Amino acid sequence: MNLTLRVWRQPGPDAAGGLKEYKATDISPDMSFLEMLDVVNERLIEAGDLPIAFDHDCREGICGSCGVMINGVAHGPSKATATCQLHMRSFSDGDTIVIEPWRARAFPVIRDLVVNRGALDRIIAAGGFITAPTGSAQDANALPIPKQDSDAAMDAAACIGCGACVAACPNGSASLFTGAKISHLGLLPQGQPERFRRALNMVTQMDLETFGHCTLFGECQEACPKEISIDVISRMNRDFLRAAVTAPAAAASSGGDG
Amino acid sequence: MTLELNARIPAGPLADKWDKHRFEMKLVNPANKRKYTIIVVGSGLAGGAAAATLSELGYNVRCYCYQDSPRRAHSIAAQGGINAAKNYQNDGDSIQRLFYDTIKGGDFRAREANVYRLAQISVNIIDQCVAQGVPFAREYGGLLANRSFGGAQVSRTFYARGQTGQQLLLGAYQALEKEIAKGGVKMFPRAEMLDLIVVNGRARGIVVRDELTGTIEPHLADAVVLATGGYGNVFYLSTNAKGCNATAIWRAHKRGAAFANPCYTQIHPTCIPVAGEHQSKLTLMSESLRNDGRVWVPKRKEDVGKSPTDVPEQDRDYYLERKYPSFGNLSPRDIASRAAKEACDDGRGVGPGGRGVYLDFADAIKRLGEDRIRERYGNLFEMYERITAENPYKVPMRIYPAVHYTMGGLWVDYNLMSTVPGLHVAGEANFSDHGANRLGASALMQGLADGYFVLPNTIGDYLASNRLEQVSADAPEVKAAVAEVQQRTNKLLGIKGKRTVASFHRDLGRIMWEYCGMARDAAGLRKALELIPQLREEFWRDVRIPGAGAELNQTLEHAGRLADFLELGELMCRDALHREESCGGHFRTEHQTPDGEALRDDEHFAYVAAWQWMGEGTPQQLNKEPLVYENIKLSQRSYK
Repeated sequence: MNLTLRVWRQPGPDAAGGLKEYKATDISPDMSFLEMLDVVNERLIEAGDLPIAFDHDCREGICGSCGVMINGVAHGPSKATATCQLHMRSFSDGDTIVIEPWRARAFPVIRDLVVNRGALDRIIAAGGFITAPTGSAQDANALPIPKQDSDAAMDAAACIGCGACVAACPNGSASLFTGAKISHLGLLPQGQPERFRRALNMVTQMDLETFGHCTLFGECQEACPKEISIDVISRMNRDFLRAAVTAPAAAASSGGDG
Repeated sequence: MTLELNARIPAGPLADKWDKHRFEMKLVNPANKRKYTIIVVGSGLAGGAAAATLSELGYNVRCYCYQDSPRRAHSIAAQGGINAAKNYQNDGDSIQRLFYDTIKGGDFRAREANVYRLAQISVNIIDQCVAQGVPFAREYGGLLANRSFGGAQVSRTFYARGQTGQQLLLGAYQALEKEIAKGGVKMFPRAEMLDLIVVNGRARGIVVRDELTGTIEPHLADAVVLATGGYGNVFYLSTNAKGCNATAIWRAHKRGAAFANPCYTQIHPTCIPVAGEHQSKLTLMSESLRNDGRVWVPKRKEDVGKSPTDVPEQDRDYYLERKYPSFGNLSPRDIASRAAKEACDDGRGVGPGGRGVYLDFADAIKRLGEDRIRERYGNLFEMYERITAENPYKVPMRIYPAVHYTMGGLWVDYNLMSTVPGLHVAGEANFSDHGANRLGASALMQGLADGYFVLPNTIGDYLASNRLEQVSADAPEVKAAVAEVQQRTNKLLGIKGKRTVASFHRDLGRIMWEYCGMARDAAGLRKALELIPQLREEFWRDVRIPGAGAELNQTLEHAGRLADFLELGELMCRDALHREESCGGHFRTEHQTPDGEALRDDEHFAYVAAWQWMGEGTPQQLNKEPLVYENIKLSQRSYK
């Protein structure tokens, strides 16, 4: 396959960026999208140019490192597929592909396609955990958990923290990410003691990080490589509302700016 | 000068050693813990768990990872599960059995005391993870589900769909973030350790390059933990993440930490075969698939080109079931991998290049229905289809072995301390528990055992037992280490040769896979020992690294890691050459039984080979820690 790439190049966080055109020739349809970028980068290096910087690691769709806008779509055209798992057979010979970094106020560009997603870690630090210090646990089977609750928690826990939901959202909201963690932990009995202050603190942190608000466009669940359902946002809103009404004092005592 | 390899195994009966040791270890006064700084490099299961737990205890922790977030450590990619001797299934499991299975699976090349402790702690791990909210699979009654996994005859594996590593890591990561918010841990993402700082013979810090700015700075502490994973990427193609590297442990090795059993590498039998030259990594298909999938190749060479559905039952060779009737498709990894290689070497491999065997679910789908199979393996089947564009519900998967795990690593004593006092090593980065072959679902167990339960105890003992002087950033050892890292970085950037880093890495991978892969022999290893230094010389003369040092430079990062692999690869070959026996993942073709099984030589090789750095240009010196078996009888592994 022969392709034309239009790739966002930006030398540093404060530098101006722009789209630059490259020819990607002799690309095998069996290559992954990142392997195609590898090939382009090796040719750039051989030609004396700077390679395109992009985040990637496991290349099996689970670490959440990779993720770019491909023709304006987070992670590209295949549903439920992270960029590393996208294969070139999803494109046609002669295509032009526009590749850009995640675009969101809360994700500043570091270089080329690499962005800073530290805000997501800080949302987790604000309350995305169950306080169970090592050694304090009872026997694992002492607390039976209905299979349907456990399965629903697992559905939400599948989030890989890639940030595609934020990039896809016209508001740049991290509600799918935040709601997924609030749902995972809030669906389990172990998560109940901290359930409401968790919701309050995580949502508060999300706002502090300059993510936008959710107005139910639904773009996030379309972009999510793990097909997390937008239902987690409803759950987040319910828990947040209840927490805001009933326990504002409890919330203020934990979390913080991470 | 030989090293003193004192494993510090507590005296007394095996089952009491850990309890007794915990009682005998010195404690740090709770009020004094915050005065101690502990550096943890790596944020996977071992590092993340250790950092979080040490902070919970009150220590001042600094944690480093090369990724943009601690949640991305490669533990996240583990699929199948985690073992624990809970015996919830009442099928005859016990701590003793998990201990014995692990020792036997490791082909009698692991330490008894460490492995027994691992089996003991396994039960606490599951409790801990459930308390954190890890959504393990459950039965309708609400209790935890188990499955049998890779070579075990009991169901002791706990799992969270095909994403067990992800869920366990997120549990540790969330605990870590909780401690970050409290201020007990300071996290340094996108930070790479490039050297170990040793002052007065003790590990007192690390030299770190900030990947965003290129700044190279010393970070000082009272103790250092390396939990930086394995070195499988020395083969270029492996199931490891692209960034996985040996730099931290290799730098520590060059500062005095002995490197143990480097030749013990695990080749995982169920990976998606290589598609072409562009291949950048290999993807594992969880070996839990072998619970329901049947492995076969055509009996006759002339059938390999046929569609698998056109090969009738009587023309198929279910070779694992044939050769190992009692374990069949669940034979241990090393055995299953070699059997696949033999079938392909015999010209009966399938798919492009003839490097593949079938993993067929037709019988399981017939028996259980497609829905049940989808429930068990749905995400794995989807992943397979995404990569290969083939539907495994309709046609058998094609699989082939790939480098997956390295049992070797830095030598540690019972306290997980290396030969450099104060330098502790956890998880895959150490050599301790898996001998010459790791059983499935045991890596997660070991990482979490080390991180949650072993290190937090033993580091306290180290700190309480030693008087550590203040070290300032101006100390000559600190300045020298920083200067060396700076020089090395400048040297790499100054080569300005013609060849890309990736091209060198592919060459190294081909040498390692060819001569130090699934089967090794003396002639091949000698050949590799000629080729690797030549490649290394060419690398330092002709590599091209564009860009500068004081910016995000992913090529520079890769080059530094490859430079270390080019040295480590040589040591692996030397270790493989010296070990004149076959054991576990180390198969020397000269040493096999008449029917092709690994032939150990317990009389001469029942020891840990701990290699000691002797300076640039001088070969490492071999030190031996004898393996003493007081509780079990050595036997030849048989899975027939």
